[in-house]
Parts: sequence; structure tokens; C-alpha cells
Amino acid sequence: MAVFVNGVIFEGVDTAAPDCWRLEAYMARGGYQALKKILDNKIPQEDVIAEVKNSGLRGRGGAGFPTGLKWSFMPRSFPGDKYVVCNTDEGEPGTFKDRDIIVYNPHALIEGMIIAGYAMGCKAGYNYIHGEIFEAYELFEEALDEARKAGLLGQNILGTDFSFDLFAHHGYGAYICGEETALLESLEGKKGQPRFKPPFPASFGLYGKPTTINNTESFASVPFIIRDGGQKFLEAGKPNNGGTKLFSISGHVNRPGNYEIPLGTPFATLLEMAGGMKDGKKLKAVIPGGSSAPVLPGEVMMELTMDYDSISKAGSMLGSGAVIVMNEDVCMVKALERLAYFYHEESCGQCTPCREGTGWLYKVIHRIANGEGRDGDLELLESVGNNMAGRTICALADAAVFPVRSFTKHFRNEFEHLITHKKALVDHKWC
Amino acid sequence: MLEIEIDGKKLTVNQGITIMDAAHTAGTHIPHFCYHKKLSIAANCRMCLVEVEKAPKPLPACATPVTDGMKVHTASPLAKKAQAGVMEFLLINHPLDCPICDQGGECQLQDLAVGYGNSSSRYQEEKRAVVGKDMGPLVSAEEMSRCIHCTRCVRFTEEIGGYQEIGMANRSEFSEILPFLGKTVNSEISGNVIDLCPVGALTSKPFRYATRAWELSRRKSVSPHDGLGSNLIVQVKQNQVMRVLPLENEDINECWIADRDRFSYEGLNSAERLQKPMIKFDGKWHETDWQTALDYVVKGLNGVANDHGKDAIGFLASPHSTTEELYLAQKLARSFGVNNIDAALRRSDKRVAAAQQGALWLGSSIVELLAAKSVLMVGSTQRQEQPLLASRLRQSVKKGMALNVIHTSDDELLTRINAKLIVSPLALVNALAQVLKAAVEIKSASTTLDLSAANVGAEARAIADSLCAAESAAIVLGNVAQHHPAFAELLSLAQEIGRVTGARFGIAAEAANSVGADIAGVNPQRGPLGKTVSAGIGVSEMLAAPRKAYVLLNSEIEADAYNSQQAVAAMKQAATVIALTAFKGEALLDYADVLLPIAPFSETAGSFVNMEGKLQPFNGVVRPLGETRPAWKVLRVLGNMLNLSGFDFNSAEDVRAELLAHGDIAAALNNQLTSVAANVVADGTLVRIGEVPMYQADAICRRAESLQKTAAAAAPVIALNPQDIAKLGLEAGQPAIVSQGEAEVRLQLVADAAVAAGAVRVAAAHPATQALGGLFEPIQIKRG
Repeated sequence: MAVFVNGVIFEGVDTAAPDCWRLEAYMARGGYQALKKILDNKIPQEDVIAEVKNSGLRGRGGAGFPTGLKWSFMPRSFPGDKYVVCNTDEGEPGTFKDRDIIVYNPHALIEGMIIAGYAMGCKAGYNYIHGEIFEAYELFEEALDEARKAGLLGQNILGTDFSFDLFAHHGYGAYICGEETALLESLEGKKGQPRFKPPFPASFGLYGKPTTINNTESFASVPFIIRDGGQKFLEAGKPNNGGTKLFSISGHVNRPGNYEIPLGTPFATLLEMAGGMKDGKKLKAVIPGGSSAPVLPGEVMMELTMDYDSISKAGSMLGSGAVIVMNEDVCMVKALERLAYFYHEESCGQCTPCREGTGWLYKVIHRIANGEGRDGDLELLESVGNNMAGRTICALADAAVFPVRSFTKHFRNEFEHLITHKKALVDHKWC
Repeated sequence: MLEIEIDGKKLTVNQGITIMDAAHTAGTHIPHFCYHKKLSIAANCRMCLVEVEKAPKPLPACATPVTDGMKVHTASPLAKKAQAGVMEFLLINHPLDCPICDQGGECQLQDLAVGYGNSSSRYQEEKRAVVGKDMGPLVSAEEMSRCIHCTRCVRFTEEIGGYQEIGMANRSEFSEILPFLGKTVNSEISGNVIDLCPVGALTSKPFRYATRAWELSRRKSVSPHDGLGSNLIVQVKQNQVMRVLPLENEDINECWIADRDRFSYEGLNSAERLQKPMIKFDGKWHETDWQTALDYVVKGLNGVANDHGKDAIGFLASPHSTTEELYLAQKLARSFGVNNIDAALRRSDKRVAAAQQGALWLGSSIVELLAAKSVLMVGSTQRQEQPLLASRLRQSVKKGMALNVIHTSDDELLTRINAKLIVSPLALVNALAQVLKAAVEIKSASTTLDLSAANVGAEARAIADSLCAAESAAIVLGNVAQHHPAFAELLSLAQEIGRVTGARFGIAAEAANSVGADIAGVNPQRGPLGKTVSAGIGVSEMLAAPRKAYVLLNSEIEADAYNSQQAVAAMKQAATVIALTAFKGEALLDYADVLLPIAPFSETAGSFVNMEGKLQPFNGVVRPLGETRPAWKVLRVLGNMLNLSGFDFNSAEDVRAELLAHGDIAAALNNQLTSVAANVVADGTLVRIGEVPMYQADAICRRAESLQKTAAAAAPVIALNPQDIAKLGLEAGQPAIVSQGEAEVRLQLVADAAVAAGAVRVAAAHPATQALGGLFEPIQIKRG
């Protein structure tokens, strides 16, 4: 299902070749040259970080925080252990890009993490892999073995005095463990629940030590940035939105899959790459950045370009780049019910508003979807949502509320119709 | 210092504190559930959301540090909306079953719902129901639907209890607070989760459905159990103690109490309470009136005195008695001409009384002990003896104290131990001598003690290093050391180590008034506040060379003595045993011939002097039961009837005033022995480790039904090191027979690697083992 257009991570990767993920294949594509360049030239840590800053790389996990800036927060002179952690706990509905990175090009991630470890003076790194992609985890362990055997990990990497260890850890599939501090808790062997911040991981992270956590795609972009220069990466995208980005397209398109394209590519172009709408149906709505991002009507989407700023201006988020395409046969109440169920199921249960609110939202939407809606339900949903958003330790409550707000805003008539007539406006068709 | 503003009030506060702390200093109340000053910050209930100017959203006051110039609004429209929003969420799944909930009337959720909740709910969906959990005989977790998931109980067991016994399983609204699968809550301080629970999810099992909170009166009191002297709130209704809660005292018990302090009150209402004086004649017990009973006592004492001399009489007083009772008991005995009086009932080493120069005590305040950088606990089964002190020591270890241990078994202390020596009771002196020898070497000091038999091992050196390096250090002797036949030598060694290293040394006083007994003059060699008296003999001699008459104050000597076998035999041969007691125990009915019903601590005014030498007075919280009288009154009248002068007291306060007129308590505390001596040769004989189980420590807790159902109160077993079991050809899991002297006791044999080699651990003070002899004496074992 994987489809790649050109981009920095999958440049030259023949995903059809069974050994494309192996070290040998990666080397042949110019892999580990960035690391060699750093070690051979003894490039200072701050120069590496500066290069990443120059690239304009923004966190690919969803929040879009500038990666180089994040790296600069690490107290490099801190005397104790420091860690670099990769978040491959890809649990956002609609997202499946990180899985493909570790399945088809794991060494890009490994190299990126080694460089990050070098730049921030970390002695070890961990890759936390989502529990539901176990084969990907096993494959990644094999890739790590290859790297260790080739002297790319462990003591005295490539004969220099730089040492760095990297370990893989698989979770058990809880969505909340994708939240960076819950991920750290889980990595420490505790129940995955977000920590209150401050302190932030950069000062109090894994085992209480300074820690930087980045998304898989962010790390995997680093080798290119170091090898070819931050400027080249930046130029691949557009100002303030540097580089290329993976988009996971799912839903009612002919060729769902991952597409690595320059940021700033029009949505219409992306949709065309994905083979256009399935069965020629009409585009109704798009969630442009994973289930937590507000939904946008199809006609709004068709005018947008795929980058952080453009999507944000339209009232949604680029998020993790999970583009969920819905056609005219989708009942938006039904779709929202499914999303609300997900958040109800996945709230960690720690904070009162989220623990209680996600359940309340789901139960009301479920009622409406089943023709048992009441007058005032939409106002109730809005009010409950307002009491949840921004009132909790992490952003899961907000993530649960955004779809409710956007669905009931853009497709209010469908909800009202169901409440009034006890019957859906759109006859929902499962595809 | 930072300048901040809370609700328009300008404050100067320290850097690093939270908005909640700052509000507290300003007297501003911010509603909260999960926040508790003694627990880590969870910030999960979100009730304390407040508005902070320039912050994009409301912030939790409990977790947000103040910053300079911060302007906080705790009751602005935004803050109130956030708080009301949280309250609505808390209530949607709460059963609102206040009318049948034990927490009703003292429920934080109920209280805050009045201020922040609505009169009706917008939640029209089905409510969550949660199945009840089994948390053991003390904590009821039957109605977990009431839980609001604040996780205070979870954090308590982990952080204060020392061992996580409660957790939150599952996610979202399916989250449940529960003990680990198949387990109950066994912490010796578990009852505190009842106080911590802000709703009616965790409630007191013994107190369940007994009464409503608002029907109870709150009276202050002091724990009559261990030497810590925890401050209590005793709650009463219709002249009956209904439950016990902690009274906050930061220097002693903080806001906690041990389960023994909390649940022992059941013993006060026990069916075994003695309500009328009783006399035994013709082999039968007869209830009688006070006059007849006291006449009988006077006749008995005079008769024995005339026939056998005053030295044939012995007074044995429990150190759980009040200072005033103890003072009057010794005054009565000595005025009458009897010098044989003792309260250190389980002490076997008579040399200490001869060499001590003051009342034995902790050697510092509790707070000072907890602030020490290095502590050596010698011969202390800490979690059983002083459950709350053990917990406070764990907190100190977290803050950097090095805790060292010399003990007879390697018990789980739930904390990091710097160094430990686990040895047979017969090698305890040698172990401590090793530490002294190492300390002498480190400090290039000298000692008069012959330490040639001590070979310094690595652990002993580590302990000595720790004591020498610490800017403040302390050595504390526990119950095992105090009961040990070589207590004088252990104390001598502690004194020497203290001299060499600069460490303070002392004892963790066993009972609520062990120190008070010494202060009051219930000591065969020393009078009130150290006053010189004609010396008598102590408990060990009184029982080894039986007397013709015994007066027991508050004591069940079959459980309170070092050698119960010997004690019971001594009682049985006596012409008269006069027992002033609150309970008619089976053994007492057997060996005593007159029982005078006296008030337990809850029914009399009095005072206890805790391990740090602090005198804590208290009043009776209920009227004496039946014809029970406060013991000080009984002793006063007995004084009058024996025609002794100076027995004209009108109140317990009068008695206390007379005692304190003898001098200052602080000046009378002294752990220095007049001379130090020690035979440090270790002995390889098979020896008993006879500790007093936590819930057999005194007459009241022995009768607390719920405590007796706990795991800690399980029937005694014989515990041996697996190597010893193999060496002796025994089989674990099978019954075995242990014997001391003539008596044999058959119990289950358990392999326990924690027990020191060469030792047989068999608990004392339990009906199943009372036939046995001395606590730390040789013992034989065979297949049973």
C-alpha cells in the first residue's frame, strides 16, 4: 500500500525490494554519510544543532515545534546521563507513516538518533514503538543489530571516542503513550499517564534526566539535513515549513498510502496522486492531520496547500499528516460517534474532565446517532467540551473536543436533522 | 523572595512554592481533592484550577509554581467556571448516595459540591457502577462507585506506607482503584487511607454503619500503645468510644497514626471489660462492691507483710499506665515499705537499673532523630514496634539519611539500608562491638572495653564509616535490644560508640509510658525524677525468686513478661495476686484472687511521657464503664485505707503536680550508664528470637477484633533460616516442636531466609506461645 513520491526520507528507497531496509541497501543510498561527516570532521555539537535549526524542520509528530530549537533546550553541560527518545508510538487514527519508516528505512531513523545523541551529548537512546505493530518492532530490532555489528552503535562509534547506545521498546498499544511524558512513564515501566509540566522533559525526562523526545519522521529527516545541508531541506518545502513531509492518506481515495511530498503542495495535487476519489464520488470532508485535527469541508480543503501555516489558517492542524478523506456517503454523526468512542476508550483516566468528559461526549453522540437525541444536546456537547478543553494535564481532552466542535460546526444540519427527525440525513455506507 | 498577588492581596513568598502553598499562607482556600500536603503532587482532580493573569488557560494551583509578579485569581469568573466544570464532572458518575454513605457529613465532595455544584445534574446517561474490593479487615472498599480517582490512597501506600499496595487499573472512566490482584492492604499504617479518601470510597470497616459523623464528639487524647506518643482525636457517642483519628502534631505523628492507634479502640468496648470488683474464694469468682474488694486487698497486703515481711511483696506495673498511676503505685508501695517495684516488665537485664543515672529515652527529640544524617537501629523490629516511627525514618532516608541496621532478622524495611549486620541474638553484642572497634580505628580513639573477640567485618566498617562521617548521627536501641539479657552491654557499647563518634544514643521506648515509668520512679533502684530510694529488686528477680504477693497494675503478666513461663508459675504460687485491670482476661482469672476494675486511658485523666521525654497530658474521653474507677483514685483510696500519709489527692492533676515538684523531666533523662562493660564473645547456641507481635503489645490491642483479623496478627509460627532447617534435619511446611524448660509448643515450621543463622524466631505474648520461657534464651527444636 505504500506509495512514495520523492522526499528526503524515502529518496531512492525501493519499497518493493524485500531488503530495502537493510544496512547494505541504506549504505548504498548514501546512508551513514552524515554521521561519518560529523565524526570525521569533528563538527561541534552546536553546529549540528544550528544546521537542524537552519533546515526549518518542525516536529512531525503533530505539534510542529521546531526541532532544532527543541534540541537547543537540552542542558548540554549537564553532568549526569541524558537521553534521546524517539516516539514511534503512532496511535493517532489515520496515521501510519512512522511504521513505514521503520519497515522500509529504519537506518535513517537510527542514523538520525545517533546524530541527535551526538548533538545533545546523550549516552543512550530509546525508540518506543507502538504495541500494535509488533512485526515492525521486530524488524527494527534486527536493524539495530546490524548497526551494532557494523560499529555504528555502542562504544567508540566508527573508531572515534563517541559512544552511543540505542534500544527499542514496544508498548502495548495505548494511545496515551504517544504523549511524550506518558511515553516516558511507560518506558520506565509505569502506567502510561502524562506527567504534569513543568518540569519539561528537557530538564526532567526519562528517569528524571534531561531528555529530548522527537517523532520518528523528525529523526529520520536529520541525516539528509546534515549530509546535504539545512538550506537544501528548507528549500524542499516553503519558508517556515521546511522540507518534505509524509502524508498518510486514507479513506475514500483510489490509492491510499504514504506520500512524501514537499510541504506546500496543494491538497488537490495530493488527492490526485492518491488516485482521486474512489468510485468518482464527491469529496465531502477531510480531516487533514489525524483524528484530533478539526475536520474541514471538502470545498475548503481543495483550496488549501499542505503545510502547517495554510491548514492552521483554515482552522485545523497539519498534525501528524494523516489525511482522512470522506465522501458524500459518510454520515458525519456516525463518523463523529466513532471518533468520540476512540477518545472515550483511550483517555488515561487521570484528570477528571477528560476521564468523565470523554465518556459523556460519547454517550450523547451515541444517543443522537441512534435517533435518541434531545433538544439541547448540541449545546450540551459544546458546553461539556468547553469544560474539558484546556483543563487537563495533557492535550487528549482537547483532541477529543476538536472533532466534536468541528463536526457540529461544519455539518450541524446533519446533527439537527437526526435530533429532530430521529433519522439520519445521510444514509451512511460503510466502504 | 517573590512578589505575587492572590485575589488582590499582595504577598511575598519563597521561590519554588506553588500557588496552593502561597494561598495557604494568605489564608485563601482553594478547593481541591487530590492535593495533600504530605503526598506528591498529582494535579489530576483539577478542582484547584485558578486564573493566572497572562496564562492562556486556568492552571492547577497545586502544581503551578509561583513566579515573580504573578497575579492569581482564585474566584474570578474564569476560575469559578473551571472549578464548577470540574465539580460537574466529578458528580456525573458519583452515586450521590450520601444518605447511606459513612462519609456523609465529613465528605470533601459533599462539602465542595455545596459551593461549586448545581442542584440538579445535566447528565442524563447511565452512571458507572464499580464492583467493591477487598482491602482486608480494616479498610472497607465496598462502594468504589463513589471513588473520584484522586489517587491519594495510591500515593499514600507508595510514598508513606513504603510499598505500593493500591493502584489504579484500566483507563478512562473504567479506571478503578484496587489492591493488587488477590492481595489485600496489609500496611501497618493502612488506616490513614481512610482519612485521606475525600469521599466515601475507602471507609473504616470496624466503624462501618456505626453512627453518623455529626453525632460524634471530638476529644483529644494520646495513644497508649507505642513510645511515639501519637496524638489522637477520640470520637465518642453516648459515652462510648466510636472511633479514633489522628490529631495533627508535626513533631510526633504528623497527620498520621498507625493502625494500632486507630483500631485498638475496639478493645475498649470488649466484652472482656471488667466492670465490677471481683474476689475469688472457694475457687470461684464473685462480683462484689469496692469496699469489700479494697478491704480484701488491705487485709491481703497486711497479712503477707506480717507473715513474710514487706520484701515478699512485688509491684508490677505496665508501662502503658499513666504517669499519675505509676507515680501513685510507687508511692503506695514505698510508703507501705515495699521496695520491689518495676515497670520494665519485659526487661531481662537487671544490670541496667543498677547502672542507669536517669530515665532511659531516645537521646534526642524525634525531629532531631529524623534529621540525623546517619542512624543505626540496633535490635529493632521497627515496623512492628513503632510502625509510624519506621515510616518517618523511611521519609528521612528519602531525604538522605543513611539508615544502618544491626538486628536478629533481615526484615523488609521498605527503604534503602546503608549497611546491615544480621546476627543471632547471642552475637548482637559482638556485632555492635565490631562497629565500636571500627569506629575506634577510624577516629584513632581508644576504649577501655576488651574488643579482642570482635573481628570487624565489611558491614560493621560501613556502619562505623557512616556514623563517623555524618555531621549528626544517632544510635537507637529497639525492643529486641531492650529485652535482651545483654541490654546493659548493648547500651554500654552504644554509649562508647557515641563517645567515639559523637553520635547520640538512646532507646526507642517500647510503651506509651516507658519513659514516664522511669520518671515516676517505678524502678527498683530509683525514685520519682531520680530521687534516692531504698533499692528493691526488679521484675526479673521478683519472678525468678517468687514473692508471696503481687500487685499488678494494668498488666497481663503472662503476656507482658520476658519469661511468661516463669511469670505464670510465680503468680500461681503466690498467696495473693491483686490485679488492677481493665479486663478480666482468662489467665488473670486463673492466677489472681482479686480484680479491681480500673479505667483504661480513655476513661481517666492522666499523661504519658513519650520516647523523647515529652509529657503529654490528656483527659478521659468517656465516663468509666460500670463500676470502673480511674486507677489513681483506687491507689489513693488504698493509700488511705493502709493509713499511709500523703494520699489526699483530688485530681490526677494534683498527682502530676506532686511528681513534677520533684524536678524537671528534661534534666532527669539520661542514657549514660555509670560504668560500661561488655563481654563481646559470640555464642553459637540455638537461641530464640521472641518478639512481641504488633497487635499483642498491650491489653487493649489484644482485644481489638479487627486488628486480630489482620495478616500481622496471624498465629505464630516457628521461623528458621533454611540452612538451619537443613542442618537440623527439619522439614519446612510441617509442624515442629520447640521447647524451653519443661514446656513444649507445637507450631508450623516456616523457612525464612531473613532469620539469622542459629536463631529460632517464635513470637511471644501470644496465647499459643505463652507456655515458653525467655524471649532470647536457648531453645530446643525437633520434628513435630
